[in-house]
Amino acid sequence: MAECPVCGAAFNLAEGTEKGEIIICGDCGSELEVTGKDSVQEAPQEEEDWGE
Amino acid sequence: MRVGLIHSIIRKEEKLLLDEFRIRPGVEVVNIDDREIVFNLHKNNYPFDVVIERCVNHSRAIHAIKVFEDFGIPTVNTYQVAEICGSKFLTTQAIIKASIPTPRCYLAFTPESALAAMDELGYPCVIKPNTGSWGRLLSKINDRDAAEAILEHKEVLGSYHHSIFYIQEYMEKRGRDIRSFVVGDSCICAIYRHSEHWITNTARGGKASNCPVTDELHDISVCAAKAVGGGVVAIDLFETPEGFSINEVNYTMEFRNSIDTTGVNIPAKVVDYVLEVGKR
Repeated sequence: MAECPVCGAAFNLAEGTEKGEIIICGDCGSELEVTGKDSVQEAPQEEEDWGE
Repeated sequence: MRVGLIHSIIRKEEKLLLDEFRIRPGVEVVNIDDREIVFNLHKNNYPFDVVIERCVNHSRAIHAIKVFEDFGIPTVNTYQVAEICGSKFLTTQAIIKASIPTPRCYLAFTPESALAAMDELGYPCVIKPNTGSWGRLLSKINDRDAAEAILEHKEVLGSYHHSIFYIQEYMEKRGRDIRSFVVGDSCICAIYRHSEHWITNTARGGKASNCPVTDELHDISVCAAKAVGGGVVAIDLFETPEGFSINEVNYTMEFRNSIDTTGVNIPAKVVDYVLEVGKR
């Protein structure tokens, strides 16, 4: 089980989730980055040269 | 074929591209996280037939592409395209050089000369950071008073990036503009971006709907893409009484809102193109 670092909610990552993938916590709505099979961290903050 | 996909965070677009590469027979796709990779500039440790760039940071993207290109690895997009599209000034120069319609644009280096440029261009006008995306820090300057305030703020609070003043004619959009998607020699689809706000980026809340790709839209989009070096790009266009006018060209295009809207499998088209480049 992964745990949201913002609200503490526990959840399973969907099969096929990529390391580095951005997901949304279903409980608090925080943007999270997948760091491993069962781990997430808060997604990085937008930087000045982010974009497309 | 071995494909490297360089990325930062994995957004919806990167996920769709990875999924598409993985279903192609004979293709191995390797994730390259730009936060982890260390480039030994003396040694080609990169056994890829082609690299697709999907970094969210422009600065990382252009450096990484340059390394791969200099080791002889084909990249999508090329360094030339990334460098040009990463600068609104260079993009405008390329579009003007190709004789493609684009809003009138001035460049100035000091607040005083920028004010003179705006006076000459007329109000309202738009001042943009030379490098930037998602509609951030765009300013619509409605009159001289606003111009003076914005320029003073930029001078006092801005980093050196904001000391180059890119000033563009304000285009009346009537609630929408167009984004077209070009892959190689083809404009594969387009969307209208609707917003009551003068900034229509979908990243800023603009709503997408399908835009038919007419011959005129196809041709100007492909011409604009070729003007910056070609490849996989998204073109932002204004509709004017005289026809289309090119606003910007984006080289790491986002397309999550445009697949269902247009009915075109954009990631599949991009993957087709990347594999074609890898075979050359």
